[in-house]
Amino acid sequence: MRRFSISALLKEAANGHQGWERQWRAPEPKKEYDVVIVGGGGHGLATAYYLATVHGITNVAVIEKGWIGGGNTGRNTTIIRSNYLFDESAALYNHAVNLWEGLSQELNYNVMFSQRGVLMLAHNHHDVISFKRHVYANRLNGVDNEWLTPEECKEYCPPLSISKDIRYPVLGGALQRRGGTARHDAVAWGYARGADARGVDIIQNCEVTGLQRHHDGSVKAVETTKGVIGTKRVGVVAAGHTGVVMSRFGLRMPVESVPLQALVSEPVKPVFPCVVMSNAVHAYISQSDKGELVIGAGTDQYVSYSQQGGIQIINHTLDAICELFPQFTRMRMLRSWGGIVDVTPDRSPILGKTPIPGLFVNCGWGTGGFKATPGSGHVFAHTLATGEPHKINEPFSLDRFRTGYLIDEAAAAAVAH
Amino acid sequence: MLLIRCPYCGERPEVEFHCGGEAHIARPDTPAEMTDADWASFLYYRTNPKGLHAERWVHNHGCGRWFNALRDTVTDAFVQTYEMGAPRPDAGNASSTATKAA
Repeated sequence: MRRFSISALLKEAANGHQGWERQWRAPEPKKEYDVVIVGGGGHGLATAYYLATVHGITNVAVIEKGWIGGGNTGRNTTIIRSNYLFDESAALYNHAVNLWEGLSQELNYNVMFSQRGVLMLAHNHHDVISFKRHVYANRLNGVDNEWLTPEECKEYCPPLSISKDIRYPVLGGALQRRGGTARHDAVAWGYARGADARGVDIIQNCEVTGLQRHHDGSVKAVETTKGVIGTKRVGVVAAGHTGVVMSRFGLRMPVESVPLQALVSEPVKPVFPCVVMSNAVHAYISQSDKGELVIGAGTDQYVSYSQQGGIQIINHTLDAICELFPQFTRMRMLRSWGGIVDVTPDRSPILGKTPIPGLFVNCGWGTGGFKATPGSGHVFAHTLATGEPHKINEPFSLDRFRTGYLIDEAAAAAVAH
Repeated sequence: MLLIRCPYCGERPEVEFHCGGEAHIARPDTPAEMTDADWASFLYYRTNPKGLHAERWVHNHGCGRWFNALRDTVTDAFVQTYEMGAPRPDAGNASSTATKAA
């Protein structure tokens, strides 16, 4: 792997930028790998990267049905935060934030991580009490979070309307200063480049169609559209299509796949300094470095793989955006899209073993997986390398739906994760 | 927005309806004999198919009645709506159709 540096940049500038090499290979699958990862999104590629760097396991294949980063990695609103209520979630998401902070340096790839702060707005008495509880719980867990008055919210985010005359006035907000955004595509590409340089094979346009097992039931090989690939361990990291992949392996899962929509405006000059989220009126918004307002809407209520959602969902979010930020009422929206997110009953992810020996799953991130990408990959790599969960992802087992040890962030975080 | 045919009221816009999740999941008759795994399966595990899916809907801003619907989760198109308690209309070839659509 040729490292990016100022000297490399200057040399290539003089050379007309003709000397840059491909960032990762396009290999044909080998007969056998130590680990096969199904799904080449951010989480899958991060898993492969940490398998290689932390655990020294480089005989790894990442098998991707389409192109890497082409699913939810390229469709999310790029928000990063870790202000989750419960101890288990705070540990998981804060692990990710810690890794985000050094990620560009580690990968030698600019993921444009920007800690511009995430402000969550409270609009009613319940919100205020709930968010203050979050602030205190977060601080006990070493997660930064602070309470702002409406005036302090306005100072932090000048476009915000704190008028008392709007339908849902702002009563305050919880601010996580370490939160922010990152360039989503760069995360996938950076991990892919780093993993490939260490010997991981990234196999695109290859769909997994089935699983072969030994007589004792353990994993023997995966069947793909490019042939049978032998392996002892398989990690399924297929996001919205986890249910589809697992059904091909003969397993049902406690997930349902629903569309989650987002949209961007025409690009404008820097006008929005942070990330603002409102669970109560359902809107979240930030501005990309390109200048587009990036707006997240809600999920549709039914199972779908259509990668599109109802217009009423977008309208609902834009109503809220226009009320909170009146200056955006005349902005034109450039495009909207949907991603298919796999939602669990307790709105927390599943990271760990399955009933099939050698088969592991990393799914159920629902509407909020992007922020966890480095942490998810890091602990899942540990799980695949050792066969046992890392202590951070131990509570997020598939078995919790049997034992009843649910991590019920649904009630705590409403819809916006 | 989807256009949904309520079996009692006819075609109405989606905002009048609420989706109640997967249909034909019967509450167990013998709860005392259920294991924890059985309960997990009943409460949490879902088919989540890519293709034809039977689900419950309620026309809550209309007649208020529940009904079942057969819908393609790839196109979101409603294939058929039918009354609660009626068997799944494509029961005979459900799996083959779903696989084909996937």
